[in-house]
Amino acid sequence: MFNPAGRRAATLLLRLCVGTAVLAAVGTSVAAQRPGLVVSVAASVYDALDEIAGLYRAATGVTVALNAGGSNTLARQIVEGAKAGLFLSADEAQMDAVARAGRIVAGTRTRLLANELAIVVPKSSPDFPLARLLEGRIARLAMGEPGAVPAGVYGRKWLEHEGAWPRVEAKVVPFPTARAVLSAVEAERVDAGIVYRTDAMSSGVRVIANISRTQHPYLDISYPAAVIAGPSEAEARRFLEFLKGPAARAVFDRRGFGRP
Amino acid sequence: MTAETWAIARFTVLMALIATAMVLPPAIGIGWLLARRNFPGKTLLETIVSLPLVLPPVASGLLLLWLFGRRSPMGRALDAAGIEIIFTWKAVVIAMMVISFPLVARSVRAGIEQVDRRYEQIAATLGAGPVRILRTITLPLASRGIAAGAVLGFSRALGEFGATIMIAGAIPGQTRTIAVGIYTLVETGREEAAWVLVLISAVLAFGAIYVSNKLIEQGARA
Repeated sequence: MFNPAGRRAATLLLRLCVGTAVLAAVGTSVAAQRPGLVVSVAASVYDALDEIAGLYRAATGVTVALNAGGSNTLARQIVEGAKAGLFLSADEAQMDAVARAGRIVAGTRTRLLANELAIVVPKSSPDFPLARLLEGRIARLAMGEPGAVPAGVYGRKWLEHEGAWPRVEAKVVPFPTARAVLSAVEAERVDAGIVYRTDAMSSGVRVIANISRTQHPYLDISYPAAVIAGPSEAEARRFLEFLKGPAARAVFDRRGFGRP
Repeated sequence: MTAETWAIARFTVLMALIATAMVLPPAIGIGWLLARRNFPGKTLLETIVSLPLVLPPVASGLLLLWLFGRRSPMGRALDAAGIEIIFTWKAVVIAMMVISFPLVARSVRAGIEQVDRRYEQIAATLGAGPVRILRTITLPLASRGIAAGAVLGFSRALGEFGATIMIAGAIPGQTRTIAVGIYTLVETGREEAAWVLVLISAVLAFGAIYVSNKLIEQGARA
């Protein structure tokens, strides 16, 4: 029926089919191992949530997968239909965006944590007064993208309040998360950075200023959490209750997160 | 088209042109070496040259970031000399050069391999030295391969993202290229502007591929 060329083609086709089937089988088994709950979490809370997810797993046997990133990125993913069960954002604006898209389960939005900004410089930096930054006598300032990333939006608000934004704007290197800013300062790729106080606590940088809530009440840094509508709603509600509970609160306290 | 997207497009094309111009001399050198010389470690050199083609660009970017950062000996030396690389336009050019280098070098090599060695041998019997042979015989005859490599490298440079965002960042008006711009505009919720950049990059890509296809076609006819 087949000439040799045809037979070769048929064999090739058969091999391709078998190959595809094997790949599909592997893919399905990988998909089957996916954890019960995906939590989209602002990068600045990742370490704390990773620890809490460990406690939660020990207590309930449920594995929580953490999708960490800039809150603006996470919000976008959720608006576009990402399968997150719970969203923990670093600012209200990004949670509002998700709420506007109708993805939040009504009544589940909670202000979970509070934080403050810190100005950090590399450990190796000698005397570095805050005035140097405010006067723009600096080559590179790392901060979250000032138009979207919460840490950047807060940082810009602070710089504007100090009247320093016009002098500093051209020196800004925008980063996708406050955590990325921290790495850039640690590795001495920039002269200074604006991060959260909680980031600065756990790393090899020097804090030159804490922007406290009492002195800067316009910087209301709170982390809202909300359950996202979808198949893992029930599981997400249970995890959110756990996040509000004493075991999780102890972890947040130890890592320097305040209460809103 | 807004002034901002226009400035990003112009900046990207300029950076890609500089990167291509700077990549060509070393790519021609390496391409010629690989096409015409046998030496110990040739396969190793070939592999190293092709590495950025296979390595994830972000990985190349992180290596570059370390190399040019203040924590490496080279970065410290540059810093001491007052030369700033990372998060400047120079970093954009370096990222583009490293990523497009393999494409250009491979294309140059293929072009030189197609040149009949007898012409070079005849020139040698007539007393021409190796440099003169290269300049008057090999390179002119391989010019189409070199040009195709340049166009290919230029197109790759235009679209460079991973290494660029690592070492140059996305500073508006300073290091923001088309590819990085599309990403950051979407990230910051300005998708309309991102679509304009998509359109611009489609036009540029179309032009580059058209030119390179024309070159190949002419080469086939010649």
